[in-house]
Amino acid sequence: MTDPLLTVLFLAMISFCFKSAGPLVLGGERDLPSWVDRLALLLPAPLLAALVASSTFVEDRAWTIDAKAVGLLVAAVALWRKLPFVIVVALAAVSTALVRAL
Amino acid sequence: MGSDQYDQVVSDSAIRNQILRQAGSISLAVSPFAAAFGIICAEADFRLIEAIGFSALVFGGSAQFASATVLADGGSVVAAVTAGALLNMRSAAFGVVMAPALKGPLWWRALASQVMIDESTAVGSAQTELRWRRYGYLAGGIGVFVLWNISTVIGFTVLGNAGDLVATYGIDATIPASFIALLWPKVHDPQQRLLMVLGAAIALLGAPVLPPGVPILAAALAVLAARPWRAS
Repeated sequence: MTDPLLTVLFLAMISFCFKSAGPLVLGGERDLPSWVDRLALLLPAPLLAALVASSTFVEDRAWTIDAKAVGLLVAAVALWRKLPFVIVVALAAVSTALVRAL
Repeated sequence: MGSDQYDQVVSDSAIRNQILRQAGSISLAVSPFAAAFGIICAEADFRLIEAIGFSALVFGGSAQFASATVLADGGSVVAAVTAGALLNMRSAAFGVVMAPALKGPLWWRALASQVMIDESTAVGSAQTELRWRRYGYLAGGIGVFVLWNISTVIGFTVLGNAGDLVATYGIDATIPASFIALLWPKVHDPQQRLLMVLGAAIALLGAPVLPPGVPILAAALAVLAARPWRAS
C-alpha cells in the first residue's frame, strides 16, 4: 500500500465523519430541536465570511494584500449594483487578472 | 388551472434556474483548482488512481491540497492525514447548517453528506425555503463533484502548469467572489452583518497562530454573539 493511497483512505474516512455527522445525527424524520434550526440560519454568515477573508487575505498563514483584493472589491461593487451572479464572478476574475498584468 | 397555480410554476422554475446558474458558475470557478491539484499529484509521482481517490473520496479542495503537498514534500502519512483533517473539520459545522434540509432515509443522508463542502453549503444556505436549500446544496455539490473529478484527471494527464493559468486569469479571485455573492442577500440584516464581520475577524486573527483550517472552524464561534440558546 503506497503512502498516497493510505492517506486517501484514512483522510476519506475522517472527512466523511465530519461531513456526515450533522445529517446523520440531526437529519432524521423526527422534528429537529429548535436550536439546530437557529444555528442553521446563523452559521453560514460567519463561516462563509471567514472563507472570503482567508481566501483573499491569507497566504501561507500570513496576512497579505494582492490583486485578489481588487477582485473582491470589484465583486462587491458589482453586487451593490445588483449585477447577476455570473457577471459578478467574471468581473472579479477579469479585474484581478488586469491588476496582475499591469 | 387557477392563475395562482400558474404563478407558482413560473416562479419555481425561475428559482430553479437561478440556483442552477449559481451552482454552474461555482462549479466552473473551482475546476481550474482541481486541474492544479491533478498537476501537483502528477509532479509528486502519485498514480492517477490516487489523485482520483483524493478528489472522489476525500473531496474537499483545501484538504486535498494540504494533504498532497505534505506527501509531495516528503511528509509522513500521519502528517498528511492530520493536515487534511484539520481543513475538512469545518464540514462538521456545514453539516449542522444543512441537516434540516437533508432529511430522508439513513442511506440517502450518508450519500448526500459526501458532497458537504464549502460550495454546496454556500449555494444551499443562500436559499430561504427548505426545499430550495436542499436543491441548492445538491446542485452545488454534484456540479462541483463532477467537474472537480474531471478536471483532476485533465490536470494529471494533460496540463503542464495550470497553477500559472489560475493566477494569470484571476481564477483564484472567483472563489471569494462566489462566496461573497452568495452571502450578499444577508448583508441587509444587521445581525447577519455582525456575524460576517466577527467570522472574518476570527479567521484573519487566527490565521497566523492556528494550524491551517482551524481559523475557519473557529469563525463558527461568532454565532455566540447572536445568543442562539435564547428561544426567540
